[in-house]
Amino acid sequence: MFNRRSFLGAALGSSAAIGSASLLPAWARSAVHGNTGITTLTGNNFDLDVGEFAVNIGGRMGHAVGVNGTLPAPLIRFREGEEVTLNVINRLKADTSIHWHGLLVPFYMDGVPGVSFPGIKPGETFQYKFAVPQSGTYWYHSHSGLQEQQGHYGPLIIDPAGADPVTYDREYVMVLSDWSFEHPHRIFEKLKASAETYNFNQRTLGDFAEDAGEEGFGDALADRAMWGNMRMSPRDIADVTGATYTYLINGHSTFDNWNGVFEPGERVRLRIINASAMSIFNVRLPGLPMTVVAADGLNVRPVETDEFQIGVAETYDVIVEPQDAKAYAFVAESIDRSGQAVATLGPRAGMRVEAPELRPVPTLTMKDMAMDHGSHGGHSMSGMKAGQGEAAPTSHEGHDMGGMSHEGHDMTKMDHSTHGDMSGMDHSNHDMSGMAHSGHNMSAMDGGMQAHIHANGPGVAGLAMMPVSRLDEPGIGLEDVPHRVLTYADLRSLEPNYDTRPPERELEIHLTSNMHRYMWSFDGVKFSEVTESIRLNEGERVRFMLVNDTMMPHPIHLHGMFFELENGGGNHRPRKHTVIVKPGDKVAFDVSSEHVGDWAFHCHLLFHMHAGMMNVVSVIPAADGAAAAPADRHPGHAGHEGMDHSQHSDMDHGSMNHEGMDHGNMDHGNMDHSKMDHGAMNHDGHSGMQHEGHDMSQHKDHGGHQ
Amino acid sequence: MRQSMIRSAALAGMAALFAAPVALSQDTQKPWGQADEIWGEAEMAEARDQLLSSHGDLRTSYLQAERFELQSFDDEDVLLLDGNAWIGGDINKLWFKTELEYLPDEGDLEEAEVQALWSRAISPYFDLQLGVRQDFEPQGRTHAVAGVQGLAPYLFEVDAAAFLSADGDLTSRVETEYELLLTQRLILQPRAEMEFSAQDIPELETGSGLVSLSAGLRLRYEIKREFAPYIGVEYQRSFGDTADYIEAAGGEADATAFLIGIRAWY
Repeated sequence: MFNRRSFLGAALGSSAAIGSASLLPAWARSAVHGNTGITTLTGNNFDLDVGEFAVNIGGRMGHAVGVNGTLPAPLIRFREGEEVTLNVINRLKADTSIHWHGLLVPFYMDGVPGVSFPGIKPGETFQYKFAVPQSGTYWYHSHSGLQEQQGHYGPLIIDPAGADPVTYDREYVMVLSDWSFEHPHRIFEKLKASAETYNFNQRTLGDFAEDAGEEGFGDALADRAMWGNMRMSPRDIADVTGATYTYLINGHSTFDNWNGVFEPGERVRLRIINASAMSIFNVRLPGLPMTVVAADGLNVRPVETDEFQIGVAETYDVIVEPQDAKAYAFVAESIDRSGQAVATLGPRAGMRVEAPELRPVPTLTMKDMAMDHGSHGGHSMSGMKAGQGEAAPTSHEGHDMGGMSHEGHDMTKMDHSTHGDMSGMDHSNHDMSGMAHSGHNMSAMDGGMQAHIHANGPGVAGLAMMPVSRLDEPGIGLEDVPHRVLTYADLRSLEPNYDTRPPERELEIHLTSNMHRYMWSFDGVKFSEVTESIRLNEGERVRFMLVNDTMMPHPIHLHGMFFELENGGGNHRPRKHTVIVKPGDKVAFDVSSEHVGDWAFHCHLLFHMHAGMMNVVSVIPAADGAAAAPADRHPGHAGHEGMDHSQHSDMDHGSMNHEGMDHGNMDHGNMDHSKMDHGAMNHDGHSGMQHEGHDMSQHKDHGGHQ
Repeated sequence: MRQSMIRSAALAGMAALFAAPVALSQDTQKPWGQADEIWGEAEMAEARDQLLSSHGDLRTSYLQAERFELQSFDDEDVLLLDGNAWIGGDINKLWFKTELEYLPDEGDLEEAEVQALWSRAISPYFDLQLGVRQDFEPQGRTHAVAGVQGLAPYLFEVDAAAFLSADGDLTSRVETEYELLLTQRLILQPRAEMEFSAQDIPELETGSGLVSLSAGLRLRYEIKREFAPYIGVEYQRSFGDTADYIEAAGGEADATAFLIGIRAWY
């Protein structure tokens, strides 16, 4: 009886698996099902049916919410400049929506309920209609509730109106995602109850013994004490992990083995889309170099690499040219190394490559706390993330920097012995954000003390004291891999930037959190508490400076406009819609405010957004520009005018060793140094500073910063 | 009818938006509202409220049996339930705590108390908790409660509360716990609890000063994060006049128990 039942179960299971395979869109089907290229939903008129359906993930049946009964949703493909009509029918019991991620649609077609339109009610059909002046690899997803986690996402390709500068013989869309058999509301509730619910990569007693063996007992203990004192974990890399997720490529788990075929010597274009709810991936094809040709849909100068980190909502197009008639693994590994999805690219349909072992779990370092002074190795860290004092309601008061514990660390390259002097610093008056008004390249102002003029309180557990630009770093866990890894600094847009105006003003926005309470926000203000959107005037050139006060990387997405990422690329800076801001990172990008309307602006980690890490950017029409709120009315950004550096005299530069700081890119011409006591600054031993070609006489008269 | 009026208004608004943009920032109540002109103010207002409240202002709930255990002493067994529940948002929660001690051999509920507290986040890691505590056993007493609960530096969980009874007796209780990960799922938890009294309370056989201390070690295995059986050992001791009361009654001022229990939450 028992045997018969289990036999029946297995038979049902396999027939279900076969049945569900036919439910996959043709392009997502494995080559074993006859998929050797992309078949697409093309034309100018698309019917998209949002509903609930069953899916088979790794041999287990699950319940999905999505489009046209497939996970992922169908590939939508049309041509640049053509007007398309998309009829979205809602067959759910709840409201739904579709956001066209990265598409420059009119704002009322952008698909964010409560921002761009009211949403699509149950039973209602909503008609999207637009033409967009762009081409490339994009995607679409629900912006309602947590439907995205349940399968409501799909790829979208716009073919260029003219010739494609990228040539290829064959192409595959690779939609990366994370699937859970748990309901997303339950996941969220568990994170609120205990933010470490899904983290099974914590440091244990065994790790301590190992570290004590390598570094000595005292160092290992001091390191634990430092993290413990901050009430943080250096293994807090992903909130939702492989403990509940099955990672997918085109809806296939590793077990399901999506496989594509190629002929040796072909140029194969992979259009890689991270459609995850919460998972940043490391992407590689062991033994096969990739040439990155597009980022976030837009062409970049080809750059060859072996691996890259892809944030949620980012897309990369790469060309691979497999020469050998053998199977290659396409590996999408979750950054916390709690799981991966592996697909096969091989010369024949149905091949299955052996999945590589998961690599060791990365551990966060001092740099992630925004306290690395530039000359540290990844392992010699000490405790300086500014844990907010329990009694400190605002700004930096209560930061007892004099109490930093540096015992037992490799301080040979840094003189911290006199940091005790810094406890007397008054950060509340230390408005360095105003310095950015010079409008020039301040992203290289690395190593400076960071001002924090934003709301604080229970939702903000840490502040980045010395954030630095980390665009030239590969991302958490990829610092030491024995091959090339793409960084944002490697990207150059293929086309020259059309807007090269310097920014007229800067908005500094801090990414803030209290991981322990699972609270996420911008500038300490949750979206639910926002009373006014971020206002830009049409045509205004604005620099966004994102400062990550949290210990996690956040893929930040701006709707409706591409931004030029300030990566030193001059007139060929990459234009993106989403950028990962690493822990302790300071990312600068410029927008042209060319698209009037209200646009969502948020962390694309779904549960961070849901917890409040979101705002709206309003581009006010030019005719109304005078009546529009100037930026300094925006809460949290007061103080951009009337910057007073006189308070800097309290700062004892003489006892700070600035070795390793790169001042070469700092524009001192726009800084008011007249009130700073240069005589007290000890520049001896600043071996890392680059002052070549820097005219110090400029420092004498600057006449303020406005 | 109303719908169609809104639609026509929306169309008119749409035309107005493109022909001559209106001063959208006039309405200071709205955080943004450019789509109102297109889809209708009422629909957008509703969607906006829904959007805002669902992004940062969600209510969740939690139910936990922190210690559900059999304490096996030399001479008796005690069944203990130490439970918590809360419902609320990030800052304000309604919090319930209960502690029940049952003597299975005697079929007697020895201690029973329930606390209902308003819990407010006052710092990143600490909540202020104010409310009432009702004891049912050994005596029906009502107390006002004021306490703090949270995560202290070095990752110590702390729960400290003062209780003022209706009779004017002031007592307090401090609990602290630490979690040592032997593996990802095998967790050793040292736990200490102290009770203090500001005065002698003869009817409760309690003397002033440090009343009692219990120090325990629990080793749990998290089959799931939400479900972990454990074993442990706990040392309990009474002090001062409280100890005298117990010894006068023929009891022992200190005792050691072996524990077997379940830690579970939902």
